Amino acid sequence: MSARQTIRRAAAAMRDGSLTSVELTRAALKAASMTESQVHAYLTLDTEGALQAAEMADSELGAGDDRGPLHGIPIALKDNMVTKGIETTCSSRILSGYVPPYSATVVERLEEGGAVITGKTNLDEFAMGSSTEHSAFGPTRNPWDTDRVPGGSSGGSAVTVAVGSALGALGSDTGGSVRQPASLTGVVGMKPTYGLVSRYGLIPFASSLDQIGPFTRTVADAVDVLSVIAGHDPHDATSIPGSVPNLDAGLGRGLDGVKVGVVSEMQRDETEPAVRGAVANIIEQMEANGAKVQEVSLPSFEYALSAYYLIAPAEASANLARFDGVRYGNRVDGANVADMMSKTRADGFGAEVIRRILLGTYALSAGHFDAFYGQALKVRSLVRRDLDAAYEDVDVLVGPTSPTTAFELGAKTADPLTMYLTDVFTIPANLSGHPAISVPVGLDEAGLPIGFQVMAPALGEPTLFQVAEAVESIAAFDQEPELAGSLA
Amino acid sequence: MTTTWEPVIGLETHVELETESKMFCGCPVDFNAEPNTVTCPVCLGLPGALPVPNRRAIDMIMKIGLALNCSISEHTIFHRKNYFYADLPKNYQISQFDLPVCEEGFLDIEGEAGGRVGIERVHQEEDTGKSNHMGGDGRITSAEYSLLDFNRSGVPLVEIVTKPEIRSATQARAYGLELRAVIVSLGVSDAKLEEGSIRFDANISVRPKGATTLGTKVEIKNMNSYRSMERAIAHEVIRQAQVLDDGGRIVQETRHWDEDAGVTRSGRVKEGFSDYRFFSEPDMVPMVIDQEWQDRIAGELPELPSDRRKRYQGMGLGEYQAALVAGSEPELVQMFEGAVDAGGSPPSVANWLTGEVVAALRRSDHSLAASALTISHLVELVGLVESSTISTSAAKAVLAGVLDGEGSPGEVAEARDLLQVSDAGALEAAVGQVISENPEEFERLSGGEQKLIGFFVGQVMKLTGGKADPKVVSGLLRARLSD
Ligand SMILES: [Zn+2]
Repeated sequence: MSARQTIRRAAAAMRDGSLTSVELTRAALKAASMTESQVHAYLTLDTEGALQAAEMADSELGAGDDRGPLHGIPIALKDNMVTKGIETTCSSRILSGYVPPYSATVVERLEEGGAVITGKTNLDEFAMGSSTEHSAFGPTRNPWDTDRVPGGSSGGSAVTVAVGSALGALGSDTGGSVRQPASLTGVVGMKPTYGLVSRYGLIPFASSLDQIGPFTRTVADAVDVLSVIAGHDPHDATSIPGSVPNLDAGLGRGLDGVKVGVVSEMQRDETEPAVRGAVANIIEQMEANGAKVQEVSLPSFEYALSAYYLIAPAEASANLARFDGVRYGNRVDGANVADMMSKTRADGFGAEVIRRILLGTYALSAGHFDAFYGQALKVRSLVRRDLDAAYEDVDVLVGPTSPTTAFELGAKTADPLTMYLTDVFTIPANLSGHPAISVPVGLDEAGLPIGFQVMAPALGEPTLFQVAEAVESIAAFDQEPELAGSLA
Repeated sequence: MTTTWEPVIGLETHVELETESKMFCGCPVDFNAEPNTVTCPVCLGLPGALPVPNRRAIDMIMKIGLALNCSISEHTIFHRKNYFYADLPKNYQISQFDLPVCEEGFLDIEGEAGGRVGIERVHQEEDTGKSNHMGGDGRITSAEYSLLDFNRSGVPLVEIVTKPEIRSATQARAYGLELRAVIVSLGVSDAKLEEGSIRFDANISVRPKGATTLGTKVEIKNMNSYRSMERAIAHEVIRQAQVLDDGGRIVQETRHWDEDAGVTRSGRVKEGFSDYRFFSEPDMVPMVIDQEWQDRIAGELPELPSDRRKRYQGMGLGEYQAALVAGSEPELVQMFEGAVDAGGSPPSVANWLTGEVVAALRRSDHSLAASALTISHLVELVGLVESSTISTSAAKAVLAGVLDGEGSPGEVAEARDLLQVSDAGALEAAVGQVISENPEEFERLSGGEQKLIGFFVGQVMKLTGGKADPKVVSGLLRARLSD
């Protein structure tokens, strides 16, 4: 069997005439047809639209109109990014059937870049969850073991890349929702610096934390996807002005002289031994490859999780207020407007969404604001301060992405707190707005993937990718789940 | 012993800014458009849409703040004010909370009920859509269904909040009028109360005279004219005092002014207080207003009404007339200034503009801008009267002709044969004719009944079609008497 298909390989093959976008897209759609009944990664598979886009890409490339690294490449989108003319649900009953009249900036940029959009992927409702079980349309399953979850909330997107029903996918990462499912499904998942990628058209969970990021099979592919979607957007006031850093500046430069901080607070006893072992092994080899490794303590990390679970629900409680049945989405009639709104929301939102709306509403309410939301903001500042201080001494910070490998469906749904704990290592980068990436580095004894996390300071993407690529080559992880269809 | 109650009044004023586009999106501001045609994903609150602040609106609120002697915040942020309402698309309003654009200012009010009114804050927010309740009596409670129009959704609103230190209904009205004059002079809004582009709400409480604590406050809405503002506040103060005198308790609530009945009526009772769960708007970053920006806006500030009134008084206008001109529509102010610059005598120009011109326009339902009257016309008209070329009464007819587009005042006077006759020879015949037609009256006049002079002058004026110079006519009459 040939090496796994990647965006870079496919792009090169399309340009040397040995592959067409239609062939590549057909292979992805075939992978979807072979795996969907078992994994349920897609909510909407746009076969027709994808093939049309692929034909267009082939004719453009044939005519020498090269739109860049994603031209002709099948890309899947998490179903919380609005797509003009294609149903967008956030995996929620309240939006089931909703067809947006406009497209998110990232979607427009993918389209301008000639990407082939395969469809919309499953998620935890409104991106609230860590397992993709909280979807109104049924869970997504992990292709490495379909009794297990793929992580979340961008589980569907992660799985499309893992099984090859897309070569790349976009997810959104609010507290780890790209990195954690990447870790649990054996793919690369990256969260850019807050503001590097426009959020316009991303249906928000928590606006100050949300950031769209790529799922790919390799670090270099992640660079390519990010290079297409990144950059200032006048429609997003939080988008960073100015030019994007040279994302592939560090690729191929190895680890020589790179200062790597190992976060003490991310070496927790609760972390599964296999994960700890794999991470320690990689760090050892990084040092052997020229990295200067030192231990770094970030005391505020202990409070990050609590702060996150106040800030994110607080913002969500307002962000989700617009789903009231008045202008769009599903409506349940009532005796008057207030009754209609309340019935619509009670019927349309799932239990986890309602739980977080209530939590957030409580955290913001008079008499509780200072003790909850106010304190959480202080913790957030402390996390930022700790990280900024750490980055004065080191170039990157490393540790596990998730304390565990993929867990069984239903294992954590009964106890929300244990579910929340799965985000403990990913949340700090969201609170600080810094970029971070999860790279697959091996399998545990049950054959489940383990992810290694690299974090960098704001706009430190070039260094982040440099180190991530070095980790990738040290780990030499090239396995794929048996379920995966082989791509052309 | 009866308690003497002292009112404590604060005003909250909303002003719709006349920006080209809305506060957080590129939709044009257009109140005449068909319902829901000037909307986009942002102002409809569609999933995923994000707000981007309109810097022109920030320019305007800074102008208001500077005109009200406020300090401008170097860092200002937006907050979300959370409440559910069908015409509020996001179910939160983007507003400001503890870091408004402008804080701590004042507005000086002249006149008897004058004094300094402290301004607590001036902040920026967005307007809601409009609900039209169909069926029933037009209110939401009895409506069969409601229609929503989001054209207004996202229109920039500025809220100006006074300190609770207005001491009377009359002062509140004077403040309202002065604030409106300031807003209009800044050119940031037409500030029309009847059209809702300026809206006033009053917070009223009473306390025993001399007390330092505040009583329970009641919010008064629906004050649709400056007169009704004064009446509503005066009524509410008395109502509260009576309730307390009778041993009752003031309930914190919103009351609506009923103009016809002349009373305030209870609206919804606020249970304790509304919890809007304000928190900083995460879709925006803090806005930095640097000195350069502030200086640029300060440099764009026009003359404020109080300064303008002083300047007009310096030109010889009386206090009342100066205020009248300074507080008029911008086109009228411009015409006044233009006419004075062109050599018109300021008091005469002001008289004509605020008197006959305004009255004639009102009769014909025309705006000054749309009328045929130009600055040079006005100067010419005033000149013709002052040089006695036409009489005051003829001048009114000349003005009507000018407004009807018949030409310049000179042309109209000529065409309508209204040029004043002050040539004694030409008038002698008319005087003779009037005397011969009224021998009895002339007898009495000759007998010393001086007030009949007026009668004869009037008759001559009538005979000459208003063209006679009354001074010359009375001179001729007196000459006849001494014969
Ligand atoms: Zn709009």
